[in-house]
Amino acid sequence: MDFSFIIDNIDLYLQGLLTTSKLVLSALLLGFILAVPLALMRLSSNFLLRSIARSYIYFLRGTPLLIQLFLIYYGAGQLESIKESFLWMFFKEAYWCALLAFTLNTSAYTAEILRGAIATTPEGEIEAAKSFGMSKWKILRRILLPSAFRRALPAYSNEVIFLLHGSAVSGIITLVDITGAARIINSKYYSPFEAFLTAAAFYMLLSFLIIGLFRYVEKKWQRSESH
Amino acid sequence: MFDFDGYLHTVLGGALITIEVALLSLVLAVFFGILGALAKLSKNPVARGVAVSYTTIIRSVPDLVLMLLIYFGGQVLINNIALAIGYQDYIEISPFAAGVSTIGFIFGAYLTETFRGAIIAVPKGQIEAGESIGMSRSQVLRRILFPQMMRYALPGFGNNWLVLLKTTALVSVIGLDDMVRKASLAAGATQKPFSFYLLVAVVFLAFTTISTLLLQWAEHRYSIDNKGEK
Repeated sequence: MDFSFIIDNIDLYLQGLLTTSKLVLSALLLGFILAVPLALMRLSSNFLLRSIARSYIYFLRGTPLLIQLFLIYYGAGQLESIKESFLWMFFKEAYWCALLAFTLNTSAYTAEILRGAIATTPEGEIEAAKSFGMSKWKILRRILLPSAFRRALPAYSNEVIFLLHGSAVSGIITLVDITGAARIINSKYYSPFEAFLTAAAFYMLLSFLIIGLFRYVEKKWQRSESH
Repeated sequence: MFDFDGYLHTVLGGALITIEVALLSLVLAVFFGILGALAKLSKNPVARGVAVSYTTIIRSVPDLVLMLLIYFGGQVLINNIALAIGYQDYIEISPFAAGVSTIGFIFGAYLTETFRGAIIAVPKGQIEAGESIGMSRSQVLRRILFPQMMRYALPGFGNNWLVLLKTTALVSVIGLDDMVRKASLAAGATQKPFSFYLLVAVVFLAFTTISTLLLQWAEHRYSIDNKGEK
C-alpha cells in the first residue's frame, strides 16, 4: 500500500472533514431544538399533538436516512409548489438538502430519547417543585428538562455517533464530505484501500473524540448531581 | 403524482431483493455475533484481543465507508491474489455478495455486544447446575445457555435487525439492483423522483412495522414474567 498520494491530497480530506463536521454539528443543534417540543408533544394529553409527533417520529425512524435524503434532494424538483417558490434556492443545493435530511432524522431519534427520559422523571421531583409553587413552565425549565437531559446523555451519545456515521451518505449526492473525498480519490487513483481506509481513520478519530467528550460531560454532571 | 407509469411492479420486485439481502446478512451477522461473543468471553487473550478490535473498529466507522472499502478494495485484493497464482482473467465481485458480507460483518460486531451481554445475564448457577448433573460442554451450551440467553438477547437483537433492514438501502450505492436502485432508475425514466422515493419509504415503513410487531410478540412470548404466570 502506498499512502504518498493521500498525503498529497490531504487538503481534500480536510475539506471533507470540515464539511462533515459542519453538517453534523448544525444538524445536531437544529435537531435538538426540534426534539424538545416534539418530545413534549409526544407526551401531551392532547390527542392531536400526540398523533402528529408520533407519526413524524414513526416515519423518520422507520425509513432509511438515504431515502429521506433522496426524497428531499431529488424529490423536491418534482413538486411544482417548491420549484416555483423561493424555497427552490435551498432545495437545489445538495448541502442544504443534506442538512435538512439530517436535522429531521436526528430530531426524531432525539425526541424519542428525550421522551423516555422525561417519562422516567421521579414523581417526587415534580411534586417537590409543585409544592414550592412553581408554575408549569418553570417546572419544565428548571426540573423536568435538566433532569431528563442528564438521564438522556448516554443514549444521546449513541445518537451523535449514529448521525456522524449516517452523514456519510452525503458523499452520494455530490457533496465532498469525508466519504465524498475518499470517493474522488478512489476514482482518480483507483486505490480503494488507501482512499477508504483514510476516510475510516478520520471517522474513527471523530467517533473516539465524541465518546471521550460524552464521558467527560457525564462524569461532570454526575459529580454536580451528588453535591 | 401517484401514478407510477408501469414501474410499480419493477420497484416492488426490488423489494424482494432488499429482503433477501437483509435476511442473508442477518444469518451471517448472527454467526459473527456468536463467534465474537464467545471470543470476548474466552480465556484466550488472542481471541479476546481480536474480538475487541473487531467490535471497536467496526462500530467506529460508517457502514457506507466499510461497504465501499470491502467492495472496491475486495475487488483489487482478489484480483491481485488471482494474478499472483497465475490466473489472468479479471474477476468481478457481485454487489450482492459484497453487500451481504459487508452488512453481515458489520452487524456481527453489534450482535457480539448483544450476545455477550445476554450470556453474562444467564445466572452462573444455571451452568454449574448443568455441569453438576454431568452434562457435556456442548450440552450445557445447547440446553441451558442458549435457550436462556435468547430471552435476554431479544430486545437488542430486535433493534439491530431494524437498523440492519434500513442499512440495506446502501447496497444500491455499490450497484445492486435492489428496491432503491430500481426506484432511482424509474425516477430517472419518468421524472418522478418524489413519487418513487416515497414509495420506497412506504415499503420500508411496512417492513419495519411488521418487524416491530413480530418482535413485540416474541418478546411477550418469551418474557420470564409471562412464563411464570401461566
